[in-house]
Amino acid sequence: MDWTALWLSLKLAGWTVAILLPVSVLAGRALAWRDFRGKRLAEAVVMLPLVLPPTVFGFYLLVAFGRETFVGQMWQTLFGGQLVFSFQGLVVASVIFNLPFAIQPAQRGFEAVSRELREAAACCGMSPWRSLWKVELPLAWPGVMTAMVLTFAHTLGEFGIVLMVGGAIPGETKTIAIAIYDRVQAFDDRSAAVMSAVLVGISLFAIAVTFALSARVGRKLG
Amino acid sequence: MLEVTARAAAPIPLDAAFTVAPGELLALVGPSGAGKTTLLRAVAGLWRPDAGRVAVDGVTWLDTGAGVDLAPHRRRVGVVFQSYALFPHMSAVQNVMAAMDAPDGRAAARLLDLVNLHGLADRRPAQLSGGQQQRVALARALARRPQALLLDEPFSAVDRATREKLHAEVVALRAHLNMPVVLVTHDVHEAQLLADQMVVLAQGRVVRAGATAEVMSDQEALRALGIREVAAMLPATVAEHLPDDLTRLTAAGGTLYLPRVNAGIGAQVRVRILAHEVILARSHPAGLSAQNILAGRVSRTVPGAGPAVMVHVAVGGHEVLARITRRAAAQLDLQPGMEVYVIVKSMSVARHHIAPASAPMPPADIPQY
Repeated sequence: MDWTALWLSLKLAGWTVAILLPVSVLAGRALAWRDFRGKRLAEAVVMLPLVLPPTVFGFYLLVAFGRETFVGQMWQTLFGGQLVFSFQGLVVASVIFNLPFAIQPAQRGFEAVSRELREAAACCGMSPWRSLWKVELPLAWPGVMTAMVLTFAHTLGEFGIVLMVGGAIPGETKTIAIAIYDRVQAFDDRSAAVMSAVLVGISLFAIAVTFALSARVGRKLG
Repeated sequence: MLEVTARAAAPIPLDAAFTVAPGELLALVGPSGAGKTTLLRAVAGLWRPDAGRVAVDGVTWLDTGAGVDLAPHRRRVGVVFQSYALFPHMSAVQNVMAAMDAPDGRAAARLLDLVNLHGLADRRPAQLSGGQQQRVALARALARRPQALLLDEPFSAVDRATREKLHAEVVALRAHLNMPVVLVTHDVHEAQLLADQMVVLAQGRVVRAGATAEVMSDQEALRALGIREVAAMLPATVAEHLPDDLTRLTAAGGTLYLPRVNAGIGAQVRVRILAHEVILARSHPAGLSAQNILAGRVSRTVPGAGPAVMVHVAVGGHEVLARITRRAAAQLDLQPGMEVYVIVKSMSVARHHIAPASAPMPPADIPQY
């Protein structure tokens, strides 16, 4: 059992969720209610990681993150490290790759809050922020929660992109999914089985939590 | 005083203006698509006209000429939405508190009492009936301490029995409402029951505006509303409930026998008398099945399109309308000032055509908090 890899995966998933939570709320809300030019295009771009093979996506990110590129140099200047083969690079890749998992369910959640309710909140004297906090989020919450659980579970299991962008540096970019592959390559089936079982457990737990929470919300509103 | 003018090309062509005095209830009536709700939304700030002005008590909420456009949450406006739009995750009392600047549970409970919602403060909207939700929505609108109260078809989603009860409650609540009130409705009967002033809209334009009784006898306004049931409201007092399921009422000009009225002896009510159900006679008739004969005087005769004329008859200090044929009017040789008898069939007055007269409750202010 590779505890370092598990910890690294949890850390990666945690960061991804933390960064994507506000993104999912703001982007999901905008896509749900606003009508703007290029909305279809924005929705299509968000969906892109869902249809692209992870290795292909990872390859492009690897190229884009390179030391010679604009993105890579910007990152170097700002944070003093490199994006490829680093934990930070993994986080960035993971955030981009998880956009559809974070935004889509949140968008569905916000679509369930009717325009009349939002107007009623405004006519009750609530500022847009207060309305978001008191009315919109409590009602769209099951969607946002689903988005975050999906993102977390999906990040734990991601393989192709992590390998392309991060390589398999122990303690830096070697996540649990890669550790499992590594163990299988070394004919250490026992370790691979234990780690797989742990991942299955975490995923089942995440799904159970989502269902329990949305059932509670359903009861509250029913 | 609420002053509203609005002009727009879309979503519907609109060019309308009206004013409402504090404590006055103005009904915006007209067929669907006439622009009633759009106009109301302009007052609340939920829709912006191409050009227009909204001001209340000297505060300008919208002035397109001067570039003023306050966001809805900056306008002190109370709105009751057509589907109530209660927050489903909050209890009744929390819904009311959500509209307060400083949430106060006891003041919210008092407001719920004011709208006759007792003991249900902790229920969520899904656990309340339509009528109860409507009361919560009204309490929530009042909790905002609005400078203008806007009611958007608030009674359209409940059954008729509940609607009549709510109408009576609104009439009773009127004494507490010291701000301008605007009611949007397509139900002319409702407007006539509740409103002091009426604005008739058709295709985004004001067809007629004025006191309710005046507008309701105006042919052009009625044509715009697409209604034939012109009616007058006659005040009366409940005198006696008779064993044969009738109630005897005393009105100016005579006695009325109507199907059992749900009001105590001595109660002041208003009876809606449909113009096309009224028969006129030059002399006091005898040998008729009709029970209700009121003495009055012709005040004027207004010809309309088609074979009918509208005869305005002064009965006591009030007016009863009679829609009779031009031929009948000529045969009777009706002239202004002439004495006539108004004959009304008891059964032509439906139970829901009897409304309580305003404010049986002692005047008091909305609970302060």
